[in-house]
This record gives sequence, structure tokens and C-alpha cells, in this order.
Amino acid sequence: MSFFAGVDVGSSAAKAVVIDDQARELGRGLSPSGADLSGSARRCFAAACRQAGIAEAEVERIVACGFGRDNVDFAHQRRTEIDCHARGAYHHLPRAITVVDIGGQDNKVIRIDENGRRLNFTMNRKCAAGTGAFLEEVALRLKVPLDKLAELAGQATDPSVRIGSFCTVFAMTEILSRIRAGVRVEDLARAALESVARRVLEVQSISGQVVATGGVMAHQPLMREILSQQLQAEVFVPPHAQYVGALGAALVGRR
Amino acid sequence: MSEQKAQVKRISAAKTMKKIMAEHFHRVDEASRDPGKKVAWCTSVGPAELLQGFGFEVYYPENHAAMLGATRKATDYIPYANAAGYSPDICSYLTADVGAYLQGYTPLQDAYGIQSVPKPDVLVYNTNQCRDVQDWFMWYGRHWNVPCLGIETHRNVGPVSEAHVDSITRQLQHLAEQLEPIAGHKLDMDLFRQSVGLSRRCSELWEQVLLTGSARPSALTFFDGTIHMGPAVVLRGLPVAVEYYQQLLAELQQRVESGEGAIEGERHRLYWEGMPVWGRLRALGELFLSLRTCVVASTYCNSWIFNQLDPDDPFRSMARAYTELFIVRSDPVKEDYIADMCQRYQVDGIVYHDAKTCPNNTNSRYAMPQRLEQRTGKPYLILSGDLNDLRCWSDEQARTSIEAFVEQLEQG
Ligand code: SF4
Repeated sequence: MSFFAGVDVGSSAAKAVVIDDQARELGRGLSPSGADLSGSARRCFAAACRQAGIAEAEVERIVACGFGRDNVDFAHQRRTEIDCHARGAYHHLPRAITVVDIGGQDNKVIRIDENGRRLNFTMNRKCAAGTGAFLEEVALRLKVPLDKLAELAGQATDPSVRIGSFCTVFAMTEILSRIRAGVRVEDLARAALESVARRVLEVQSISGQVVATGGVMAHQPLMREILSQQLQAEVFVPPHAQYVGALGAALVGRR
Repeated sequence: MSEQKAQVKRISAAKTMKKIMAEHFHRVDEASRDPGKKVAWCTSVGPAELLQGFGFEVYYPENHAAMLGATRKATDYIPYANAAGYSPDICSYLTADVGAYLQGYTPLQDAYGIQSVPKPDVLVYNTNQCRDVQDWFMWYGRHWNVPCLGIETHRNVGPVSEAHVDSITRQLQHLAEQLEPIAGHKLDMDLFRQSVGLSRRCSELWEQVLLTGSARPSALTFFDGTIHMGPAVVLRGLPVAVEYYQQLLAELQQRVESGEGAIEGERHRLYWEGMPVWGRLRALGELFLSLRTCVVASTYCNSWIFNQLDPDDPFRSMARAYTELFIVRSDPVKEDYIADMCQRYQVDGIVYHDAKTCPNNTNSRYAMPQRLEQRTGKPYLILSGDLNDLRCWSDEQARTSIEAFVEQLEQG
């Protein structure tokens, strides 16, 4: 049996996936990116191998992606996270899809045809709006742990609460003034998630089946419903949504 | 993606170019200090030939601003112009140039030992490219108390009518009258015709140079083009530019004949729409090289082709040449042009540079990429950045976008 690994070094976490030659996922590992990207890559790769029950040396081919892909000095090959997210998502849902990846510091929308060919992609580039970084900032302002944001948003009752600004700093000012005006934290949490979904909506016209990936989707379960409402599309979140890029990278290695 | 390090190929004519550009700057610098000579500042697609007909030494601030960009000094000086009231959202040529002036810096110091930009006797703009050049020149006009004159061109022109050309011709004739007292003499019609003729010749040769990019493999890259277009911008109308492009053309034709590409093992060919990112020319050149992808043509480099110029009808042909320019035209005309270029240069895709501070040279904001993709079937990539202000540029995101785009092309 042959083994392949993908290592996706993103801005907040490094993720690794080990697969076999049947593309079965055998192990996953995660390590916060921190300042030592190469160390994080090694740690998540080691963890994935441990979970797969194989020795690191048994992995035939390692493919790195993500913003720290050059720091994965043990990789045999590098691909962009765009390519890897597309492949990973298509693996989960092999048909014409639009992949929406909401990562820590950027989001991307990738269109794929029924044969898995990438038709185009768009990244938001300019700021934190529509990314995990925005939600981190919101959680900080609302004084709630990031992973409780969606739970809180689930208790929202006033759908008219909105956060309108593009700019994260402006959005924070908006939040503070709403808090002063007595708006409930739950409603603000939901408004923040909706704001992320709307930024995605602006990236490009989206229709048909959407596959949503990335850390934000993995950690904020309510996001699926919100995204689906905002995009007016069916949204599928693959299991282990945060590892889809790493899975795609492993699939590149298997080819 | 190939990880093998390849070298950017040198063009040997570059030595000559350096020499003639240095001579140009020294000539203008000396003229600015010689009471017997007159200096005119001119926009890059302004009425240079007319100024030469009056015997002015002509200096081009946009070229200077691009030097600030290419030497990566622009971003240091832009904030000083911002502080003086010129927004970070407007032309970063203007803000870099004015900011550097306010701080007493010019890249001419490091490159040629010239202490400051040449003080003009007159500033002459043409708004065919944008309003920013007018504001920019007016700033210097106020600063030195010298006249600032110009041509106000129509914008977003569809088919160019005789009415358009008439009005610009009249403006050019009026400009000639205004220039007389500044020059201290009448327009020398022979000199003017000569300049128009030389400019036309320069432009024809420059076009031939760029066309060597249509060979497979392409003989030059967009990044080479942005460097070698210097003489077409600042020396057009002078014999030296014609001689230079003869030399460059011979070298590139040699490449075409021997099947030598600017990029070893060229795999993909792209069109670049928009301004260069001056501070990243080298980095981008190397990135595309590592991806075996050649940016074979661009709107930008082709914007200094003025084949309408006719020495027998200098005013009217100038009016036509400077109005039929891409940047002056409506989207449908621009789209026809790009579609035609894509075919002529056999490109696989289009890269649009969305330059934050230059809406005039940014064509990705009104759904043109989407329309052209539908029309030509060529995929596109939009890069967010700027010509000079590197605060608007992310190396990391640009690299990922470009690599992902090439991966997409590789799917076949
Ligand atoms: S066309 Fe753009 S870059 Fe050129 S002067 Fe005008 S605003 Fe500046």
C-alpha cells in the first residue's frame, strides 16, 4: 500500500492529511501556525502519520500548499491552496460545484465543472472583511470565545441587526455603538456571521451547488445556514472542512 | 510548477538605451540651467512633437515618477504628498513625484548625479489619459509660477469622428499660439514636421519590436517591454529613438529567426492589461519565468504607437493620433482592441492589473474581464495592486493568484 500526504500551512493553522492509494483519509493533524511555520508543518504532519498508524518515512509523496507552502522543507511538491481546495472539495462532491473557502485571512470562490476542471477563481485580497480574522476581532469586542460565536448567534432574535461596513475597524465602531444602544450580543454575533457571508457574496456571482470549506466553516456550524440564506444556494460542508486543502494536496501527490 | 531557477535573459541593446536615456536627462538638466534654452514638461502622451517644433527640451514627469516606482522609492515619498492634501486614492505618479520633490529627492541623483528635476519654462499636459496630469502640472505651475497649458481631450470616445479631431486640432493650433511668447519665437514648421515624421518612424519601429512578442516562442516579455519603451516615450520625435529601435529590432528579430524565446521552454502566453507594478517588475518577471509563462503583449506598451502621425499634416494627424489612443476610448472599442490583440499574439489568458490609484488604466472595474472571457473564451485573472504605491500590493497574494492561474491553464 502507498501513502500520500498533504500539508496546508494557512495563516492560522497548519493542517495535514494522510491518504492511501484509494484516496481514503487515514489520518489528520493540526498545529497552530505561529511564527515557526516549518515547525508547525512538521508537527501536523507527524500527528497525521501517528493517527494513520504509519511511519513518516512510509509516505511516498508529500505536497504542500497554503501561504506557508515554501516553509514545508520536507515536501516533494508545492501547489497553491486554490488548486488544493478545488481538488479536495471535488473529491467530496464530484460534480459541478462552487467552492467557497473562508480562511483565517482570506476567502476564495472557485468554480469547478462536472469533470473537476477549474473554471475560475477569485480571492478577496484587500482586507480582513469576510474572513476568520474579522470574526476573531468581533469575538474580542463582544468578549466571547471565538468558538462560542456561532452558539451565541443561534440565540439571535432580531434579524434587523446588521453590520454594514466593509472596513473591519469601521465595523468594530459600528458594533460598539450598537452595544451602547442596547442591542443584544446574540444579535450582533449573528450579524457578524452574516457580514462574512455577504462579503463572500460580493466576490463573484454564485449559483448551483456550493461546497464551503475552511476553518470558519468548521468552527461556526451556523455559518452553513447563514451562507445558504445569503447565497440563496444549497451549501454542503464536507466533514473536516478545515482539512479540505490538505486533502486536496494529498490527492495531488497521489496522481 | 518548475522549481528550477532560470535567469532572465538580457537584451544587449539595453546598454545603448541606458546611454541615450542618460544623455537625455543631462541635456534637459543643462538646458534648465542655460538661459539661452527652454524646457517644457510634457505628459507622456502629450503634444511632444509640437514642443520640439518650438525647440524646447522636453521632460516627462511620468517617466520620472515611474523611476521612483522602479527604484522602490515611491512608497517612501507618497505620504508627504498625501499630507499636503493629495489623497492616497489618486494617481501615485503624482503623489510620489510631488512627495519626492517636497523632500528634495529625485532618482536622477542616484542614476545620473543630477541634483534636481529640471525647472520648466512651461508645463503642457493633455488630459487624454486622465485629469490627474493636469492637477499634477498645476501644482508645479503654482510652485514655480510658470504657465501651465493643455489640451482637454474627450473621454470614453466610441468611433472617433471628424468633429473630435477638428476640436483637438483647433486646441493644438491655439496651444501653438500660446507657446510662441514663451518660446520667444514662432513655431518652426520644418522642425515640427521633422519631429512628427521621426515620431512616426519611432512608433512604427516600436510596434515592430512589440510584434516580436507574437512569435512562438515570444522574443520578449512585457517586463522587457516596460523597460525598453523608455525611448518611445521620452525620445520620440528625435533621431536617436529611431536609431535605438532599429538596433533593438535587429536583436529581437535575430531571436525570432533562431527560434530563441525570451522564456526558455515557454508553456503559456498571457496578455497584460493595465499599468505595470513598477516596484515589482523584476520579481514578477522572475515569477513568470519560473512558471515558464510569457506575458507576450500588453495594452500599456502598445499605447506609444502613433502610426497616424503624418508630417504633411502635422496638427491634424497629431490630433488624431492622440485621440485614437486606447485610454481615451469607450469600453466596446477597448474590448475589440484587446480581443484582437489576444488573437494576434495567441494568448492563453489575460491578466488585469487593478491599480488602486489609476482608474484610467484599470479596465477590470466595469465587468470587462467577464465580457471578454465570454467573447474570447480566454480565462482571466485580476491582480489588485498599484503602479507605484506598494502599500496597495501584497507579494504573497499576487504570487498565489498568479501560480493558481497558471495551474488552471495547465489543466489544458
Ligand atoms: S493615467 Fe493613471 S498613472 Fe498615468 S498620470 Fe493618469 S492617473 Fe497617473
